[in-house]
Amino acid sequence: MRLQISHLNFFYGAKQAVFDVNLKIPAHKVTALIGPSGCGKSTFLRTLNRMNETIRHSRVSGEVLLDGQDIFRMDVVGLRRRVGMVFQRPNPFPKSIYDNVAYGLRINGYKGRLSDLVEHSLRRAALWDEVKDYLQKSAFALSGGQQQRLCIARALAVDPEVLLLDEPCSALDPVTTAKIEELMFHLKDSCTMAIVTHNMQQAARASDFTAFMLDGKLIEHSETSKLFTTPQDPRTEAYITGRFG
Amino acid sequence: MERHWEHDLEELKQRILWMGSLVERAVHQAVHAVLDAEEHLAEAVLSEEDAINEMQIEIDERVQRLLALQAPMAADLRFLLAVSRINGDLERIGDQAVNIAHSAMRVLRHPQVKPYVDLPRMSELAEGMVRDSLNALVRGDQDLAQSVLQRDDQVDRLRDQLFRELLTYMMENSSVVFSAFELILVAKNLERIGDHATNIAEDVIYFVAGRDVRHPALDRR
Repeated sequence: MRLQISHLNFFYGAKQAVFDVNLKIPAHKVTALIGPSGCGKSTFLRTLNRMNETIRHSRVSGEVLLDGQDIFRMDVVGLRRRVGMVFQRPNPFPKSIYDNVAYGLRINGYKGRLSDLVEHSLRRAALWDEVKDYLQKSAFALSGGQQQRLCIARALAVDPEVLLLDEPCSALDPVTTAKIEELMFHLKDSCTMAIVTHNMQQAARASDFTAFMLDGKLIEHSETSKLFTTPQDPRTEAYITGRFG
Repeated sequence: MERHWEHDLEELKQRILWMGSLVERAVHQAVHAVLDAEEHLAEAVLSEEDAINEMQIEIDERVQRLLALQAPMAADLRFLLAVSRINGDLERIGDQAVNIAHSAMRVLRHPQVKPYVDLPRMSELAEGMVRDSLNALVRGDQDLAQSVLQRDDQVDRLRDQLFRELLTYMMENSSVVFSAFELILVAKNLERIGDHATNIAEDVIYFVAGRDVRHPALDRR
């Protein structure tokens, strides 16, 4: 297991958003988190690289082990290098395509040939062929799908073990979405991924395991093929067949 | 508020049940054409064949449309897969009824070989299996579906019994070979109808419980 989460609780002030979640995220697999809006899935995802810590009055309890190490005792910069994140809306820096990818390497004091690693990262994100002749152009000149893949390349540049994807395709068209899903499939060789998605077809297509959350609680977790054909909990059944509420 | 999707599923269920009722009637008429020597019943079966085939295509198209447009999950997905397979089995039962109707028309040109004892029992059993497998679908009743599976052996035993008996008639008197052979075909078709009802019952169990019971020796779940 790459990540082992035990009895995880998360509070926004007095309001508890995640309740006693226990989940194992296996290495080199994609784990999808599904559930209705406000069920705590994004909050849960952000806990995995401590992105929530910046929120005032927030509090976390429980344990998250990354390769057996407690993430709450790690240096947070080191943790986020090992556990990268891609957000719903592409958020490239106001810099060139090249500098976007090189940014993380520079601040981590990378000593090798930057251009090699930039190319390698862009290739891994299936973007190289589209941008190789325009590396000095502004990242904002790219399309939405290209920007999202640039953000993935930026995250991949520092070679994370885990990639967290928070609805990475919700602002993209179906063709670009298919590219990102294909990319996720190929990235499994080198990376473990957890994806939050509202799109159940995407979870069904792109993930190996799926976890269903409701009201901050983990209701059911199993192989994706099993969860979408024979869910065990009636609440999961109600949600995925659209009879929820 | 009932959603459009639920309405579509309910409509599909009604259509497969309607097809089931056409098929049940065809089997009943075909067998009684033989048992009661009523040729017009056999003709009625032949005239209904197209309606059953058209229903198969209509149901297939509905299933395809719902799969493509709604991308169903869980019980809805299992229901559509089950209906798709049941549709094929019902159409095959319709074909078996047509085979029996053809046999009836041929057998009626000859004197009756013997009093019919096992054939009515066999047809009652096979028709009951078809009826109960469809009732199980309507009610989502896996116990009823399970009971259909258990009845298949009885149909097979009756078929074997009939085969043995008719063979002895044929050996004793070659003039009955033609009629006896047709009755063997009728029994074979009834046995196949039992097999299709069994398939339907297995699909109902898959739909209701998500268990694939088609090949127990594989013990997949």
